Amino acid sequence: MNELFEGLAEAARLIVTLDSDLIEISLRSLQVTVTAVIVASAIGLPLGAWLAVNRFRHRRTAIATLNALMGLPPVVVGLVVYLLLSRSGPFGVLGLLFTPTAMIVAQIIILTPLVASIAHQAMRDMWAEYHDLLISLNTTRWQRIRVLIWDGRRALLTASLAGFGRGIGEVGAIMIVGGNIDHSTRVLTTAIALETGKGNFALALGLGFVLIGLALLVNGLIHTLSHTEVSDRW
Amino acid sequence: MVEALILPLRLSGAMVRRKGRTIVGPVDHQVSATGFTIVMGPNGAGKTTLLRMMHGMERLSAGSVTWQVPERDARERQAYVFQTPVMMRRSVLDNVAYPLIVHGVRPKPARARAGAWLEQVGLSGLADRQATVLSGGERQKLALARALIRAPQILFLDEPCASLDGRAMRDIEAILRAAHAAGTRIVMATHDMGQARRLATEVLFVHHGALHEVASASTFFDHASTPDARAFLKGDILE
Ligand SMILES: Nc1ncnc2c1ncn2[C@@H]1O[C@H](COP(=O)(O)OP(=O)(O)O)[C@@H](O)[C@H]1O
Ligand SMILES: [Mg+2]
Repeated sequence: MNELFEGLAEAARLIVTLDSDLIEISLRSLQVTVTAVIVASAIGLPLGAWLAVNRFRHRRTAIATLNALMGLPPVVVGLVVYLLLSRSGPFGVLGLLFTPTAMIVAQIIILTPLVASIAHQAMRDMWAEYHDLLISLNTTRWQRIRVLIWDGRRALLTASLAGFGRGIGEVGAIMIVGGNIDHSTRVLTTAIALETGKGNFALALGLGFVLIGLALLVNGLIHTLSHTEVSDRW
Repeated sequence: MVEALILPLRLSGAMVRRKGRTIVGPVDHQVSATGFTIVMGPNGAGKTTLLRMMHGMERLSAGSVTWQVPERDARERQAYVFQTPVMMRRSVLDNVAYPLIVHGVRPKPARARAGAWLEQVGLSGLADRQATVLSGGERQKLALARALIRAPQILFLDEPCASLDGRAMRDIEAILRAAHAAGTRIVMATHDMGQARRLATEVLFVHHGALHEVASASTFFDHASTPDARAFLKGDILE
């Protein structure tokens, strides 16, 4: 119990004094996950909207695949990306293994199905609502996708934020492809795992607080976005 | 430039079947160029399906629905107010401006015209409000402004006053009268006998998916020729 309180006090000190290791690790976490979320959103959001508006032959299969991909265990994604990027793998010549880029690639693979699936659900509901009006107004397919994306921008932002929430707390894949190398690929989650193992609870807890803070912030944003839908305007 | 007239609308043998069941038709009817047509009939008779079929929103199982111009051009000059109006997740003003903007009018003039329409339907005070917070009557007025903003030659309405209070109903009827006086052809389904008597110049009585009786308003209300229509007018429950 005593250890915990000492740890808490030390963690608070690290945060208040802006400890350089803590800052470095937190910033790298943000860099990796924010980049991955941007790429995953660039692919996943339009994909989700497109799946909602278009009727094509293998649509159901495509959506089922998307939902299945959403459940991919990060550790397995990490393993596959590792094999692809390792020196003897097909992309070995790029020398990306154990770099932040490799971690970003792994997170893009994990986050894209999630972002696309949430976006698809939101866009599908909106399409059901807007369908008759947009057909009656003689709109083109492209105009329909545009209005859904614009009027559904809050829901789409929520999809991206959910991706961020998943990415920032993910440890399995980035541990494998990043290697948790000090001053190079160490991020919040991998550092917490390592410091806990070393019995270095103060730093682990400090990092944990930052992680919780980020997660709470994102959840708060999601909550605000989905609950002010009717009353707010922007 | 004089706009091409899309009316009269001709339905011949037009039929909508779903899941092996005939929902409407076969309908042979001509919607003339002028008038205020009221579509009446008991619940589930096929009023909604008939209106949607005329507007080109139902896949035909047989027959045809033809305008005086190609279908694509005809669609541009029609408007439809759905029984439950779609409230786009944007401001009231932007809801009304949308049909103009999506068809190429610049946002600024489109919003100016939308503002003028809001004035006409009595919603100016709510222009900046999110459309999803409007009451039932306000939603119908928004939908009316949005339907009329492109000056359609024909306006379809599906029970626009169902579940509205008397005041909202009176406002909406005034808007419809003004639109009709300005030359808009109107085809409207309603449940409300009083409203039908106040507005109709012509009545289409629908029963079991068929156009059971077509008559001028005065003929229909005073000397309906079919027993079913007479029973319906008396307020009997039709099988
Ligand atoms: N897409 C559909 N598939 C199957 N049945 C339908 C469909 N649309 C309408 N119906 C049925 O057709 C009948 C007529 O419906 P509708 O046109 O809505 O009647 P009304 O507007 O006069 O109440 C109803 O019995 C309804 O349940
Ligand atoms: Mg109906």
